[in-house]
Amino acid sequence: MITNFRHAASRVAFSLLGALSIVALPSYAAQTLTVYTYDSFTSEWGPGPVIKEAFEKECDCTLNFVAIDSSAGILNRVQLEGKSSKADVVLGLDYNLMAIAEDSGLLAESGTDMSAVKLPVDWDSKIFVPFDYGHFAFVYDTEQLETPPSSLEELVNAPDDLKIIIQDPRTSTPGLGLMLWVKAVYGDDAATAWKKLQPKILTVTTGWSEAYFSLFLNGEAPMVLSYDTSPGYHMAIDKTEQYQAAAFDEGHYLQIEVAALLKNSPNQELGKAFLQFLIGKEAQSALPLTNVMYPSTDIGDALPAEFEKLIKPSKSLLLDTEQVRDERKAWIDEWLESAN
Amino acid sequence: MSLAATKASFNRWWLPGCIALVVLMLMTGLPLIALVLSANDVSPLSILENAYFRRVIAFSFYQALLSALLSVGLAIPLALALSREQFFVGRQLLINLFSLSLVIPTLVAIFGIVAVFGRKGWINNATESLGIEPFSIYGLGGILLAHVFFNMPLAARVLLQALDNIPNEQWRLSTQLRMRSWAQLRFIEWPAMRSQLLGVFMLIFTLCFTSFTIVMTLGGGPRATTIEVAIYQALRFDFDLNAAVSLALVQLIFCSALLLISAFFKHDAPLGFAYKATEHLIRPASGYRWLNALLIIIAALFVLLPLLGLVISAINPSSIDVLTHSNTVRAIINTIVIALTASFLSVAMGIGLLISSRHIRIRFGKHKLGQWIQHAGNIILVMPPVVLGTGLFLLLRNVADVFSIALLLTIIINSLMALPFVLRILDGPLMQAGTHHDRLIQSLGITGWARWRLLDWPLVRKPLGFALGVSATLAAGDLSAIALFGSERALTLPLLLFQRVGTYRLYEAATTAGILLIVCLCLFLLLQALTSGTFLRNANAKA
Repeated sequence: MITNFRHAASRVAFSLLGALSIVALPSYAAQTLTVYTYDSFTSEWGPGPVIKEAFEKECDCTLNFVAIDSSAGILNRVQLEGKSSKADVVLGLDYNLMAIAEDSGLLAESGTDMSAVKLPVDWDSKIFVPFDYGHFAFVYDTEQLETPPSSLEELVNAPDDLKIIIQDPRTSTPGLGLMLWVKAVYGDDAATAWKKLQPKILTVTTGWSEAYFSLFLNGEAPMVLSYDTSPGYHMAIDKTEQYQAAAFDEGHYLQIEVAALLKNSPNQELGKAFLQFLIGKEAQSALPLTNVMYPSTDIGDALPAEFEKLIKPSKSLLLDTEQVRDERKAWIDEWLESAN
Repeated sequence: MSLAATKASFNRWWLPGCIALVVLMLMTGLPLIALVLSANDVSPLSILENAYFRRVIAFSFYQALLSALLSVGLAIPLALALSREQFFVGRQLLINLFSLSLVIPTLVAIFGIVAVFGRKGWINNATESLGIEPFSIYGLGGILLAHVFFNMPLAARVLLQALDNIPNEQWRLSTQLRMRSWAQLRFIEWPAMRSQLLGVFMLIFTLCFTSFTIVMTLGGGPRATTIEVAIYQALRFDFDLNAAVSLALVQLIFCSALLLISAFFKHDAPLGFAYKATEHLIRPASGYRWLNALLIIIAALFVLLPLLGLVISAINPSSIDVLTHSNTVRAIINTIVIALTASFLSVAMGIGLLISSRHIRIRFGKHKLGQWIQHAGNIILVMPPVVLGTGLFLLLRNVADVFSIALLLTIIINSLMALPFVLRILDGPLMQAGTHHDRLIQSLGITGWARWRLLDWPLVRKPLGFALGVSATLAAGDLSAIALFGSERALTLPLLLFQRVGTYRLYEAATTAGILLIVCLCLFLLLQALTSGTFLRNANAKA
């Protein structure tokens, strides 16, 4: 009772102050918003710095990114921390992990107006805000590999000296994506396909960035699991066509990256404001060349011209997120057993 | 002093041991209970139905077996060569170098190994120019290489000690009988080494079975995973508590069994820190001298090259950036705090256990009982760091955010990890201090603090400094505890090094490894100096 009263009193005092100072609401000057995300998002060239600056200007608050070493690791981390987690927002989960994340009971409804969202699929989640998307694809180095495989089947049956680098489905959303891609194409024969693929896997990394930057771009292997959008960055920024994505006949598995608010966050309003900001024009226009993905809304001319030159997947593959939740454990065991 | 007071203080012999035991119980018993209680919901044996976990368990045994066989197998000819060549420049230095692997942080040594044997290391660069396919250090090959690097020198020292202990009479006799080197091997050297072989084999097998850091960094993905690493992955990758608990209990059972088997062989866990060449050994150089020389040179290169590789690669264009990076500075501070706290805690527990167990052994004559109390300090051998960490996590997860108290948890685990070493180092000196003066102590009625200050301290001072140094470097270099609980909020040098190696930023990693090595050396020397007479005298003189 007393606390309620105090709360009400401070509210009254606050709104009086607000009315007096005629400051544009909302203002969160004293607040800090803590966002857990994956490492490449916060790197110098990633979207992190751009988004931080733009959002802080708008909210008059402090935006604090915490880099977790891989994308699926974000979910594990908030689960490990449980109710005492310091995170207000998690950013960088993907569609496949949505049902699992929702089941953890840690996430709140976003209240975001998502009318502008435009994706290859319909969007009806009230919790998750999709901020960009792309298709998984094997990116190859044209100087090391002249003709890449033209289908997953061809890759699976390629000679064993064709080396690829992939990510661990337990820690990385691209790794999980490839596992589901193989599942979507091969169904019950996935284990057999992985067994054939196994000798070609040079190494399995924890996160995407060490696979792509540290190994692939250093010439350790001619092919790496990445996105159909990755060559867009090399063409636009590095001005080179050396790195290209291989188009596969079976279609490409879709990744939709999402953000969500944590239930226990004391900064609910600020968190919601951030989620809305994420699908606003300013943030969306920054994403193609910083996160190297398609924005989840129509940004018109702001989409770099180089993105027109990217491969157009013949088909977007996507498994049901509930099915992924129910079967992931078994599929990961199958992967551990046959791909390693 | 009244008689009653004397009596009361006399009776307090049990106090240090009791405090140490209670602290030990709190730090290990509670997590164990948490583990067992969580296991109520899962059936630990069900993981045996999982093909992947079956393979992990099999691989744990397989790599430990190969590592122990290789280490001991290679140590035999090396120990023979060293024993047959008693006089060459740098012999003592080389043998001392062999014990460095006990003090040098695992991650630092791994880094040196990568610099030499890695894909872009010296060996591969050399062989590649000859057109030979590069050798990949990631996977079973790398794990074995690192395990042999750490354990072969250990085994060689133990065997060399056994060879040195051969009585001079036997050598005299062999000369009189004009024994050839083959006959010497068969009748003199082999029987001396044989008594140690099983013991040292079991020791290395156990060490490699619970190996964490090496498998984490050189395993190269799920292909080569041990139980210890699988527990970590179940917790940090999958948030699969059931799997983590089941694996932890399975690991607990295996470790207990291994310890029991080792106890059966009764080896004196030959960690022999200070090797001293036996004086007046009359054995002449023998065998094929060129073969001896070749073996010794190869072994020296094997141990020295990675250290050299580390030092050379540590200084590079990114060194300044790494040194001044705020993460590095924070990690250095955290590492020093952890190392100092853990080492003092460990040594305090060790002394507590030893003082009470000494009383039981000397005054009550119950040697076995005293030793059992001491064995309580070896609990970490049954409950390896990651298992203990899992228990602590389960115990505390509903009470606190374990990531916020990461440093505290790391200190607890690291102090327990150092305790077996502390006990082994201090046991001898403390017992000696007890037995030598026991009559005198009893007749004078010296007890408690006075006894410690007047009689124990002068004798124990040096080994105490050594124990502090060893436990501090162990804690400073450990990855297993901080890997479980560490995050950007609680960075340590090993964690930073692991992240930098993990993301293949090798220049930054090299410098970080160099910093870690320097921190360890400084801690080691500082703690030695603190307890050395000269330091105290100087301090007194100034005061």
